[in-house]
Amino acid sequence: MWQKFGPVLTVVLAIFALWYVMAVVMNANWAYDKAKRADVELGFSELVVDTWSQKKPRLPAPHQIAEELWNTTAMKSITSKRSLVFHSWITLSSTLLGFAMGTVLGILLAVGIVHNKAMNLSVMPWVIASQTIPILAIAPMIIVVLNAVGISGLVPKAVISMYLSFFPVVVGMVKGLRAPDAMQMDQMRTWNASKWTTFWALRWPSSVPYLFPSLKIGVAAALVGAIVAELPTGAVRGLGARLLAGSYYGQTIQIWSALLMAAALAAALVMVIGQIEKYALRKMGMAR
Amino acid sequence: MNQEVVIEAKKLSLTFETNDGPVHALKDVDLTINKGDFVSFIGPSGCGKTTFLRVMADLEQPTGGEISVNGMTPEEARLKRAYGYVFQAAGLYPWRTIGGNIRLPLEIMGYSKAEQAMRVDEVLELVHLDGFAKKFPWQLSGGMQQRASIARALSFDADLMLMDEPFGALDEIVRDHLNEQLLELWAATNKTICFVTHSIPEAVYLSSKIVVMSPRPGRVTDVIESTLPRERPLDIRESQEFLDIAHRVREGLRAGHGDD
Repeated sequence: MWQKFGPVLTVVLAIFALWYVMAVVMNANWAYDKAKRADVELGFSELVVDTWSQKKPRLPAPHQIAEELWNTTAMKSITSKRSLVFHSWITLSSTLLGFAMGTVLGILLAVGIVHNKAMNLSVMPWVIASQTIPILAIAPMIIVVLNAVGISGLVPKAVISMYLSFFPVVVGMVKGLRAPDAMQMDQMRTWNASKWTTFWALRWPSSVPYLFPSLKIGVAAALVGAIVAELPTGAVRGLGARLLAGSYYGQTIQIWSALLMAAALAAALVMVIGQIEKYALRKMGMAR
Repeated sequence: MNQEVVIEAKKLSLTFETNDGPVHALKDVDLTINKGDFVSFIGPSGCGKTTFLRVMADLEQPTGGEISVNGMTPEEARLKRAYGYVFQAAGLYPWRTIGGNIRLPLEIMGYSKAEQAMRVDEVLELVHLDGFAKKFPWQLSGGMQQRASIARALSFDADLMLMDEPFGALDEIVRDHLNEQLLELWAATNKTICFVTHSIPEAVYLSSKIVVMSPRPGRVTDVIESTLPRERPLDIRESQEFLDIAHRVREGLRAGHGDD
């Protein structure tokens, strides 16, 4: 057990220790200010207690965030606008839709790039260029343009998720679909196999080990996309909206709890894909 | 005996255009291969033996001369699936079982499910891999994988087998064993086999005809009709007759290197 969890546990404990220390350091000024105004002398233990329990600390202590998370998840009905589960679901739904769209788009582009010479030469530079544009700059435009043609709600957010998540899929799948070597391609030729057959029997299965790592990056990017999409729209629902509202009113605890929720969500999504990957590779006889 | 011609090459040439100028992989190669022959192609690297095999298989296009396979052009022969090709590496798909790998060309060629199953069993038996159909390639040794790849080339029952150094990556002991089995298979199926190799003993042991080639430009320097009987135990390799043929092959190889 120690072999497996020891190192992880050590690192987690170290992070918590550092976190609590930094909470004292970063919130000390405010504590001293308050003490000065109340004209009291602040001892070390009182300082620590104060810095770990401020209402709007610069850096909230872990237990404050844990408490906020508990109050906004377990203690609230999930349909409540103050429930973090509700906001997570809003963000998750556009993440998943955008991720699905991005995956399909990425695979289609990769298939085109591998099979079509013109696409091979022309598409890849655009794909790369698309990722050099800051998403924060392009997100409002996407939303405005889609709104203008009457599309609003979930889809514009999903489009931004797609914009971020298709890229790793294209790159991974181009590599994966080209994984068969010259000998394997020659062999298909000796059997007079069609392009179609070669694709389904050889290229597609060869690309599976490349697909899943791309999907893991893609799903995390899709989540970032969904959160970013909520920022410029002035959305009132979703983790992005929580982050934005928190920063308007200086609710650091709310910001941190939304951040942690987003991180947990990303971790969960990546783990789910990891499990599917394991299952698929075992099914295909490629995991030993 | 009625000799049916399977391969006929006349003045066959192939020149690759490279950045360093043209490379003459094959130059004016004349060769006739009869049905039922076991022909070995031997020579140093760059002598064009693999290229010749690939031309037969329509994997390379000749730049001069003529070649026919079963009386057709190589392309027609390929489209009719007239040959089975065994590559240097087994090239089994890791996501398919051994049975699934052997079934692949049959699926592509549209055999019925029942016929597929029957043929898979049949060829697995031929290469002594019965019972391994449900194993995955990584569960087999290198020699067994290569046997599976031979079974795959045999599965659709082409009369012609093209083998490009199929045992090149295997150790001596496994190789001896596979050579013996290959002869057995040749006797059982009476296929025409073209076999590329680097090894003189392997060429002499297996072949009814040995084609000695030399590089730059790739050409045939000697064609030796083997006088060894078709029935060949492994210890035939110590007989005088065997050594004489091996000697002649070696001489042919040396002559080809004279103008280096």
